[in-house]
Amino acid sequence: MSAAEAWRLSAASLADGVRAGSIGYQEAIESGWEGPAARWEPDVHAVVHADPEVRRRGAAGSNGGPLAGVPVLVKDNLCTMDYPTTCGSRILGGYRPPYDATVVARLREAGAVITGKGNMDEFAMGSSTEYSCYGPTRNPYDLERVPGGSSGGPAAAVAYGLCPIGLGSDTGGSVRQPAAFCGVFGLKPTYGRLSRYGLVAFGSSLDQVGIFARHAGDVALAYAALAGPDPFDATTRLGPAPGVSDWDRGVRGLTFGWPANLWKEGVDPEVVGALEQAAACLERCGARRSPLDFLPGEYAVATYYLVATAEASSNLARFDGVRYGFRHPESDDVRALYTRTRSAGFGPEVQRRILLGTYALSAGYYDAYYLTAQRARTRIRREYEAAFARCDFMLMPAAPSLPFRLGEKTDDPLEMYLSDIFTLGANLAGIPGLTVPLDLSAAGLPRAVQLLGPEDSEPLLLGAARVIEVRGEETRLGRDHLTEFAWPTKR
Amino acid sequence: MAYEAVIGLECHIQLGTRSKMFCGCPAEFGAEPNSNVCPVCLGLPGALPRANRAAIDAAIRLGLALGSEIRGESVFARKNYFYPDMPKNYQITQYERPLCEGGALPVTVDGEERSFALVRVHAEEDTGKSFHPERHGDRRVSRVDFNRAGVPLLELVTRPVFRAPVECGAFLTALRRLVRWLGISGGDMEKGQLRCDANVSLRPAGSEPLGTKTEIKNLNSIGGVMKGLAAEIERQRRVLEQGGAIEQATLLYDADREVLAVMRSKESAHDYRYFPEPDLPVLVVDEAWLAEARRRLPELPWTRAARFASEYGLPPYDAGVLTEQRDLADYYEACAREVDEKLASNWLMTEVLRVLKDRGWTLAEWSERVPPGRLVELLKKVAAKELPGPLAKQVFGWMVEEPGGTGELLDRHGVRVQATPEELRPLVRAVLAENPGPVRQYLGGKSATLGFLVGQVMKKSGGQAAPQVVQELLREELEGARRGC
Ligand SMILES: [Zn+2]
Repeated sequence: MSAAEAWRLSAASLADGVRAGSIGYQEAIESGWEGPAARWEPDVHAVVHADPEVRRRGAAGSNGGPLAGVPVLVKDNLCTMDYPTTCGSRILGGYRPPYDATVVARLREAGAVITGKGNMDEFAMGSSTEYSCYGPTRNPYDLERVPGGSSGGPAAAVAYGLCPIGLGSDTGGSVRQPAAFCGVFGLKPTYGRLSRYGLVAFGSSLDQVGIFARHAGDVALAYAALAGPDPFDATTRLGPAPGVSDWDRGVRGLTFGWPANLWKEGVDPEVVGALEQAAACLERCGARRSPLDFLPGEYAVATYYLVATAEASSNLARFDGVRYGFRHPESDDVRALYTRTRSAGFGPEVQRRILLGTYALSAGYYDAYYLTAQRARTRIRREYEAAFARCDFMLMPAAPSLPFRLGEKTDDPLEMYLSDIFTLGANLAGIPGLTVPLDLSAAGLPRAVQLLGPEDSEPLLLGAARVIEVRGEETRLGRDHLTEFAWPTKR
Repeated sequence: MAYEAVIGLECHIQLGTRSKMFCGCPAEFGAEPNSNVCPVCLGLPGALPRANRAAIDAAIRLGLALGSEIRGESVFARKNYFYPDMPKNYQITQYERPLCEGGALPVTVDGEERSFALVRVHAEEDTGKSFHPERHGDRRVSRVDFNRAGVPLLELVTRPVFRAPVECGAFLTALRRLVRWLGISGGDMEKGQLRCDANVSLRPAGSEPLGTKTEIKNLNSIGGVMKGLAAEIERQRRVLEQGGAIEQATLLYDADREVLAVMRSKESAHDYRYFPEPDLPVLVVDEAWLAEARRRLPELPWTRAARFASEYGLPPYDAGVLTEQRDLADYYEACAREVDEKLASNWLMTEVLRVLKDRGWTLAEWSERVPPGRLVELLKKVAAKELPGPLAKQVFGWMVEEPGGTGELLDRHGVRVQATPEELRPLVRAVLAENPGPVRQYLGGKSATLGFLVGQVMKKSGGQAAPQVVQELLREELEGARRGC
């Protein structure tokens, strides 16, 4: 393969080539920009900050680590010293952090190069990447459809080939749902395994940095480089993260939960078909299906939106025009500075959630809303624990439907909130979830499933994902997965 | 009708830790504006707090000293309100499950031992500092310095246990002594190291239910606390006596003009929307940490004062003065182990404290010049009456200025204490010859006359005779005269 085709490679193969000297650092980074981005980016609009000079410096400063020369698009809510970090919001217009997020620093230490910043719903609040001050990102498999959200930019970029790995953040499904819509892998790790230091907070007790890749092996590679305790994030788990070097072990002897009651109604038949197909792959490789009735979804959406908005209302208080970002020019006193800056700086969805969260925490409502939600959260966590006493992992939809059309749900916030129903449970419970792409539907749209496991089950989830990735063949970790990924074609 | 005031205090103690409460920035005072800052204490997007163990430890030690219950698991909380000098627009503090609960501070009020009960003590972060708007043409500009933002504070809340401003003054004095004693804070109110807000209400004397309270802020000296409270009690009393009702409000005390101004009324009261801080795990203080903190807790000032009274026989007043500062108490004990306890106490309370006051020295500055051993050497000579009193005071004066032991100082200043019988006998004989009257009186049984004769010899020696030797010689000569009769 010529260096110009380097963008087609998995991160593992690309890093191998770079370390062996067959691919230059600069070529490794630029290949995705020259080939696929030239073709896709004007339509898809996955990237909001890019700078060839910064990339050139990044390539020059790269090293022979496990991600040598691997370009990574990171969501615009992860702090980077060499690009603006704006969370898709006008209120952070032009803001440049004086520090790198821990995960960004760890990427650089591993030899990766930040190839740019990915588009997102403003402050990660949304499920379609339509609520960005830079305009929407489109799904490369169908430009009339959304890429999912809120991490739609990195998901779409990894899908069309800008880079083999992307970083997003997942507060209620913001990595797993766009991964499903864009046909790539998307991991939300166990809460506390990836540092949140430098991730602009939305719902602190729910947020986790997540990984996009086109291959299960690349998710493992990035996870190994990023996971582990961080003294700068007091909520990271102590002790080393589970080792993923031995992840490709198949599923023989494992039991997977099959909560079919969850997709009895309101779920697209294409999604149900994908679940059956994934289950068949797992069974073919020696896993046992264990049907279970599982209903943590009942109160999960309400619980999630109370906890997330309450935390967000406080987390977003710091954007006031005093120290950084946008400041409304006509502010005679500090009150006016606050209200005008925040009214003009935040988009409507963010304002809606700040108001919801402020209300939930207010005197007289706190017990009824926030405290009740905390109690419900504890119950949901216990229900997951009980389920994982009966199975090693669980098969679930990542979203109730295939990618929907732009504008389809923006008028109905509640409808948009319900599209997170299968993903937000993992955030409430703090457990890992992994979206596994399957194939394309008859209409050419990506179909995917989600795997959920107990805390620190990432290696096991990756092994199961690999089984699905190779269609239930016996697994072997070949480093060139070219035949395993269905590239988008222009429609 | 007679009214009784009910007062509760909320104190903030700025800790003297090296770094800030939730980041590694220096917590020092007086640096260039906005130089001791980082993403965490500036509240930059994505930054996260991490709790300072030394500050928690200080809170634990204060809690232990006050007899509070220390929670094994306590919870940080966010207090949400917008203010330009608060970087995150919320303060990380503790709310529902604070680190220390209950306890009391022993205080001497007008010579009477009292104890004032506490609600809680916990650690939190300070805000930055705003500077009043300046005019720049047609624009007004306010400046904010974030060096103080994130500096560790302890919040201490009392029960409504005070009935008079003087009790509050005594409480704050005792609290200041305690935090200095524990070495956790400078405790200086003028420097903002100790701050105090007060809640005050009035009720008919002897009645149980509490009246409507007001809160006074900006009380930045102990005198200011007492004056501000007195003014507010007087104001409330007048309103009530005229049949009016007290309105819940927050007042600011202007110490320069000695007036109170309304800062905000009840309608504009904040809803702080407290909730548990999701960025920090539950604060766990295990038995090992508690045991270690207990082990490092010094003997407390009130315990030490009691021991000084019982062990060294000091009057309660002396014991109180000597335990006002821990290093003074240490200094005293170093002396009292070597010389007469009361003599050491007298010299410390009069001579040493006077020098400290005149020169504005700390005890550390004093003991750098005059370590206990040097003073002990002098006091031993005084106790043995080897040095005349005025000469001892003179030596003390030289000690402050110059190095060297007592003997060296005397030599350097050309003072020779006449201490041998050979030197002094002629003087003694001369005095006896010059004072036949007193000699007769003495021989007639009036032994008190000896003091007068000693004085005469001292005078004749130019104050350089050792009084002990003079006394012995006089007795010897006089007894000889008696036998000779
Ligand atoms: Zn700092």
